[in-house]
Amino acid sequence: MSIWTYANPQKFMGLTGKVLPVLVVLTAVSLFVGLGWGFFLTPEDARQGATVKIIFLHVPAALMAINAWLMMLVASLIWLIRRHPVSALCAKAAAPVGAVLTLVALITGAIWGKPMWGTYWVWDPRLTSFLILFLFYLGYMALWSALEDRETASDLTSITCLVGTVFAVLSRYAVKFWDQGLHQGTSVPVATGGRTISDVFFYPLVLSMLGFGLLFVTLVLIRARTAIRAERLGALLRREGGGNA
Amino acid sequence: MPELGKYAVDVSMAYGASFALLLGLVLVSWRQSKAMKRALDAAEARRDA
Repeated sequence: MSIWTYANPQKFMGLTGKVLPVLVVLTAVSLFVGLGWGFFLTPEDARQGATVKIIFLHVPAALMAINAWLMMLVASLIWLIRRHPVSALCAKAAAPVGAVLTLVALITGAIWGKPMWGTYWVWDPRLTSFLILFLFYLGYMALWSALEDRETASDLTSITCLVGTVFAVLSRYAVKFWDQGLHQGTSVPVATGGRTISDVFFYPLVLSMLGFGLLFVTLVLIRARTAIRAERLGALLRREGGGNA
Repeated sequence: MPELGKYAVDVSMAYGASFALLLGLVLVSWRQSKAMKRALDAAEARRDA
């Protein structure tokens, strides 16, 4: 069966209705174990003290903030190329989740930065590009809210998403591109495989990242289902209005 | 509770703010989903009546 089968709203609702209960359980378990392990069972770091426990929130939130935008990019491209409404609604559904995850990354980063760097904020390349990414999330959501016609909104928000992708990529690679600022490079480089944190922090961090990833997918599916129902409701109400006229 | 030493306020603030934001997002998404399902079910019932 082709993946495009699920571009049909009915098929999408049928599949996600079955998958969601499993996802909810997996999300709750991985977040509970990952964050619980990280908060309660890891030791203090020699240099950072107990603030190292913030890593279990900050890194997964930042990771998913960028990946959420990249997922929106893929969904937007599918809309622009193949005109599947479900993909546009999935991108719309992902934006508030990505925005909250970006805000979590910014807030936890600022709280972590104060004791480590002596300041909550600095106009460092990575921090700045992350702030701009957050503003792009807000702009993207505002555009969806401002336009009543779904097709026009899907087109314009997809273009906004393409432009914002520059900042999603910059926020990921800013430390490498500019090689300056206070923010350190990644502790868990996926491409090279070499990591700079010890196993005692690494394993709960991986679980937390898995939990945040599952939380993102779960919330996007719930919100996409809501958006599809809203489309259906709008069509029914228009038909009711037409019938009464 | 783990011993957080002099960073107790910082760590607690980070966890508190994150949980508040994430929980808020989950609750809003859940409530919107339920409300939309109810509204759609009612509209479909009217159509079928």
